[in-house]
Amino acid sequence: MKLESAYNPGLHRFAVFTACCTFLLLIAGALVTSNDAGLSIPDWPLAYGTLTPPMVGGIVYEWSHRVAASLVGIVTIILAALLWNREQRAWVRRLGLIALGTVIAQGILGGLTVKLMQPPWVSAAHATLAQIFFSTVIAIALFTSRWWQLDLPQLEDPGSPSLRRLGVWTIGAVFVQLILGAMFRHKGFGIVPHLIGAAVVTALIFMIAGALKRRFPADAVLTRCRKLLHALIGLQLLLGAAAWWSRWYARDFPQPIPVMVTLTVAHTVVGALVLATCVGVTLVCYRVLRPGRELAVESGVENASHPAAL
Amino acid sequence: MKARHLFVVVMTVALAFTMVSCGSKESAPPASAPAANAPAASPIDMATVGSVGGGVTVDGTVAPPRKINMAAEPSCAAAHAGAPPVNQEVVVGDNKALANVVVYVKEGIGDRAFDIPKAPVAIDQKGCMYEPHVVALMAGQNLEVRNDDKTTHNIHPVPTNNQEWNKSQAPGAPAIEEKFARPEVSIPVKCNVHPWMKAYIAVFKHPYYTVTTKDGKFNLKDLPPGTYTIEAWHEKFGTTSQQITIGAKETKSINFVFKAAPAGD
Repeated sequence: MKLESAYNPGLHRFAVFTACCTFLLLIAGALVTSNDAGLSIPDWPLAYGTLTPPMVGGIVYEWSHRVAASLVGIVTIILAALLWNREQRAWVRRLGLIALGTVIAQGILGGLTVKLMQPPWVSAAHATLAQIFFSTVIAIALFTSRWWQLDLPQLEDPGSPSLRRLGVWTIGAVFVQLILGAMFRHKGFGIVPHLIGAAVVTALIFMIAGALKRRFPADAVLTRCRKLLHALIGLQLLLGAAAWWSRWYARDFPQPIPVMVTLTVAHTVVGALVLATCVGVTLVCYRVLRPGRELAVESGVENASHPAAL
Repeated sequence: MKARHLFVVVMTVALAFTMVSCGSKESAPPASAPAANAPAASPIDMATVGSVGGGVTVDGTVAPPRKINMAAEPSCAAAHAGAPPVNQEVVVGDNKALANVVVYVKEGIGDRAFDIPKAPVAIDQKGCMYEPHVVALMAGQNLEVRNDDKTTHNIHPVPTNNQEWNKSQAPGAPAIEEKFARPEVSIPVKCNVHPWMKAYIAVFKHPYYTVTTKDGKFNLKDLPPGTYTIEAWHEKFGTTSQQITIGAKETKSINFVFKAAPAGD
C-alpha cells in the first residue's frame, strides 16, 4: 500500500472542513435526543409536508439536524469527488467513496428512526454510524495531511502487545462502548453494560498511553497522541458522571433542563472524539511504528531479542 | 476506465438519494386497527346490578408541582398569563384527594362483551397542555384530539400493546380521530414539539372504569353481582388493588391510599 504521495493542501483543508462540519452535525444530533425532539417532525424526508416547517419548540432541533445532515451530505459528495479526481493513492480514493456510502446509509437510518418511531436498535444504529462516519472523515484528513505523506523514519516498537495491536483493541472497545452508550441513551439497555464498558475502555486507554510513554518518551508526535488520549478519557469520565447526575437531578422536571441537555450532549460528542482519537492514534502507530519482530525479519536477524518494555 | 465507471455509478446513486430525499412525500401511518367483528354485547340483568364507590387519597408529603417554562412558545405562555403552568403529574385536592387516578375493574368481568360507546372521548390541547391530563375509553371507541392552540403540535402515543402513531396537528386543523384496538393501562402520550406536554390514555375492554377529579371520588356503576378486583392506577404512584364482592343491588365503598415517596427519593 502506497503511503506517501504529493501533498495537496486544498484537499487536506477540505477534509478538515468536512470533519469540522461533521462534528457540528454530531452536536446537532445529540441536541435532538437530549431535547426528546426526534419525533417532533412526524414525516420524512419532508417536514410537515414542506421544506420549511413551523419553527417552534422541538421542531427547531430536528429541522436544524436535518439541514445540517443534508449539508454534510453535500460536503461529503464534494470530498469524494475531489479525492477521486486529485488523490493519487487508490485506497484513499476508495475511502472517500466509503465515506460517501456511510453518509448515505446514515441518512437512510435517520429516516427510518422517524418512520419506525425510534425503536432503540435503529436509533442506536443511527448514533453509532454517525461516529463511524466521523472517524472515517478524521482518517481521510489524516491521510491527506502533509505529515502522513512525508517519508517518515520507522521506529521499532519493542513491546508486546504491540502498540498497533493495542490500538486496534482500544478502537474495538470504544466502538462497543459507544453502542452500549447509544442503547442506554435510547432506552434499549440499562446503565450497567455502559459502566462496564467505561471501565474496559479506560483500562485500555491507560494501557496504550502508558505503553507510548514507556516505549517512546521522546517522540513528539507519539507524546502528543498520549496526552490527547489522557485528556479525552479524563474529560469523558467526568462528563459521564456529570451527565448521569444531571439525568437523576432532572428526573422530576416536566421538560429537559439546560444542565441535563448540555452535559448529555457534551458526553455524547466527546465520546465521538474519543473514538476518532483512538482511530487517529492507531493509524499514527501503523504509520511510524514497526513491531520489533517485523524489523528483525526484514534485517535478517530472525531471532533477535528485544527488551519488552511493558 | 473501470475506476471511472465506478465513480460515475456511486455519484449517480448519491444524486438519486438526494433527489428522493427532497421529493417524496410521507405516506400516512396506518391507523390503529379497530375492533373488527366485535362479539355482540352480553345481556346484563339491570335489576340486579350494584356499584362500587369511594375515594383515592395520597399519604405523605407531596412536593409542590414544578413550574413549566413555556418561554420557547410565547403563544402558549400568554395563555397562562394569570397563573404560571405547572406539572400535572401529581394533582392533589382538599384532604389529600388525588386526581387523575384511573379506577377500574381489573378482574371479575369474565368473557362478557360490551357495546362500544358511539360518542368519542376528547382530548383538547389548550395553552400547550392536554385537557384532561388522563382519559379512559373502551377499545374500539373513538378518541378525538383537538388543537385549540395557535401553534403546531404532534400527538404521539407510545403504547406497548397497541399500534404506535405520531401525527402532527396545525392550528385550526380538524380533530384527529383514532382508536386503540386492545386494552392497555395506561398509554403515555407526548408532544415532541413541546416536551412538557404529557397525557395518559387508559383503554379497556369493558365500561367499568373512571378517572378521578380533584375530589378523588369514583363510582363504578351497573356492576353485575360478583367478585371483582378493583385497581387504581396513577402515573407516578403506580397501582394498588382491592378485592370486593357485590351482591344483587348492593352498593359498596372502598378507598385507595397511595404512599408518596419521602422527599429526596
